[in-house]
Amino acid sequence: MRVLGFLLRKEFLQIFRDRTILGMLFIMPVIQLLVLANAVTFEVTSVRMAVVDMDHSSMSRGVVTSLAASGRFVPVESSQSQALADGAMLDGSVNMIVVIPEGFARKLETMRRAQVQLIFDAEDGAAAGVMRSYASAILAQYSLDVGAQIFPVESMRLSPAAERAPVRGRPVLEVRHRGWYNPALDYREYMVPGILVILVTIVGSLLTAMNIVREKEAGTLDQLNVTPITRTTFIAAKLIPLWSIAMVDLMIGLVVARLVFHVPMLGSLLLIFVAATIYLAGALGIGLWISTVVETQQQAMFLIFSLLMVYLLMGGLFTPLRGMPVWAQWAADLNPIAHFVALMRSVLLKGSGVRDVAGHLLALTVIGACVLGIAVRQYHKSSR
Amino acid sequence: MRESGGGGGRRSALHAFVMKELRHIVRDRQTLTILLLLPLAMVVLFGFALRNDINDVRIAIVDASPDAATIALRNRLSGNPRFSIVAVARTTDVVEPLFRRGAADIAVVFPVGFGESLSRGTSTRLLLIGDASDPNTASMMAAYVNAVIASYAADRGVNRQSVQIVPQFRMRYNPTLESVNLFVPGLIALVLMLVTALMTAISLSREKERGTLEILLVSPLRPWQIIVGKVMPYLLLAFANVITALVAAWLVFHVPFRGSVVLLLGSSVLFAMVGLALGVLIAALTSSQRAAMLGAIVVTMLPNTLLSGLIFPISSLPGWLRPVTYFAPARWFIVIARGIMLKGVGMSYLWKEHVVLVVMLLLLFTAAVKSFKARLA
Repeated sequence: MRVLGFLLRKEFLQIFRDRTILGMLFIMPVIQLLVLANAVTFEVTSVRMAVVDMDHSSMSRGVVTSLAASGRFVPVESSQSQALADGAMLDGSVNMIVVIPEGFARKLETMRRAQVQLIFDAEDGAAAGVMRSYASAILAQYSLDVGAQIFPVESMRLSPAAERAPVRGRPVLEVRHRGWYNPALDYREYMVPGILVILVTIVGSLLTAMNIVREKEAGTLDQLNVTPITRTTFIAAKLIPLWSIAMVDLMIGLVVARLVFHVPMLGSLLLIFVAATIYLAGALGIGLWISTVVETQQQAMFLIFSLLMVYLLMGGLFTPLRGMPVWAQWAADLNPIAHFVALMRSVLLKGSGVRDVAGHLLALTVIGACVLGIAVRQYHKSSR
Repeated sequence: MRESGGGGGRRSALHAFVMKELRHIVRDRQTLTILLLLPLAMVVLFGFALRNDINDVRIAIVDASPDAATIALRNRLSGNPRFSIVAVARTTDVVEPLFRRGAADIAVVFPVGFGESLSRGTSTRLLLIGDASDPNTASMMAAYVNAVIASYAADRGVNRQSVQIVPQFRMRYNPTLESVNLFVPGLIALVLMLVTALMTAISLSREKERGTLEILLVSPLRPWQIIVGKVMPYLLLAFANVITALVAAWLVFHVPFRGSVVLLLGSSVLFAMVGLALGVLIAALTSSQRAAMLGAIVVTMLPNTLLSGLIFPISSLPGWLRPVTYFAPARWFIVIARGIMLKGVGMSYLWKEHVVLVVMLLLLFTAAVKSFKARLA
């Protein structure tokens, strides 16, 4: 135990002596959290729209006004020819073209049905999908308004609920939405717990691997290996400091999440920290394992980076796991990041308790024990 | 190979130096294998696995007074292959535990006397409660359920609208909103950054740590020659990666390729050079491999993946963050790559982005060479 104490002191001294690393360990996570949380969102706030209005009626102008009134669509160009609008879309100055054909208002009055064409720049696919749903909701509402305008009496008759709700065009069967846990649909609240996982993982795996491989490269690992220090002591001395740093990073991250992003923390923080401890066993284990199979820091970094990238993308952090094909969902069951992200989100945002997330905890424990076990076995004191 | 202008001797020295560096990389089989396979693996993963739409929505039904109408609507929901009903209950109390365990996504709450209100024509209200901890998915699922309810309402003849404005949507350049089409151009940017900026930064700072860089600096090679020699092999690797990614995207996913291949390859080289200059600069400014690596990740990888429009659209960013994206080279390259591949446009539309990249390259390269010279003085 005394040896472990000395080794731990050495590790901490080495870490705290390097100012650059220290700054990156404690300041970078905060900055990253601030920037990333704002960056990872699919919400579309300002769609630049070109209008090709060939009808020139009050109703065609109404279409444009109702889109613009939502605040999400900003008319930036108005022209008579579609060719001009197409050019604007090619050079990227507009993301959307609204084409209102001639006779739009007349058709609405006589045939009660008229078409408008909405052309989206689907180069940015996720954004285009979001824009489409905004636009169709707005146009559906505008149809109701126009209907009430042209045929006021009929609209009243069509909605027999008039005695209870004398609002024009009110539907009989109304569907109300309520989003629990995040009524404002703030995407950042959802992403922040996930970003915390990235930060903790980078610190845990990457620094562990780099730390050991650096000693390997410098030759000091061989010096340590010829001392009577046991394998377990050595590994404990390497992992404990990085584990504590990762936990401190998590704490800092949680404070920022609470103060800056007002992420609700409904569940128990103790549960979060217990889960993080278990998760980090696996994350540090991966770092340790990688340090045994590589020779240089460059290799270590590259290997970890590729692994992390795959694990993060396949872990449901950015895109929902449930949208993935079945094989990918199975793979996610073996992915510690997927379990920890799901656990963080459900404990912080929904207030899930131990019993609700027992499956994730169990999976994390099994994965952590396996990875750490394999890594420790693989680690030989003698270097070949 | 560039002309060094310094006579035959220097040129062959540079040549020998490039060969030495190339050998370093080729000898490290492990890294080389990953470097060559990674783009392929990423194209496949991105292409198959990353989707934003969900085809399996788990619904909880809360029906306090079941009647013919509620059963009809429930059957319609369960008959849709997209939905599965995971629970039917009489009160909303069941919803919370289901959400907490993550066992249901959305709850459909029928009001008391639903069928009666519908047949009498009085107003009635269905409540959809979504697990909005994931807001996007929640809105999407609500929209799916809504569509089924709307078709039910239409069949029962309620909610008839007096007029209809029918929007026709055209998804130009990517009609099926296939995510792989969007990811491939971004992916090329990501892989290029990884290979160029990250690998150069690490490889240079390793020589610095070991002291072998000092030896190189006192050799007759000029600083820029050392830099060129160091980055040339990575440039070749990057080029190979672009080609593998493109071929995979084209063969496996049939990603459209509407513009000029030559222009895209040219732009990729330009972008790779920006990444290399960035890597050299990071190596020059940091003192250890670890610092260089963390620096490279923080300065290059994160902004270039998350602030470049690769996954998340730039138009979604808050206003204060948008100017920051101008400093991420990948932001410009992704516009170029998507423009060429999906829109089929050429230089006349993309010259601005190219100018930005060239300016970045000049600034970064000058700064990198300067900081190397400073070490000599």
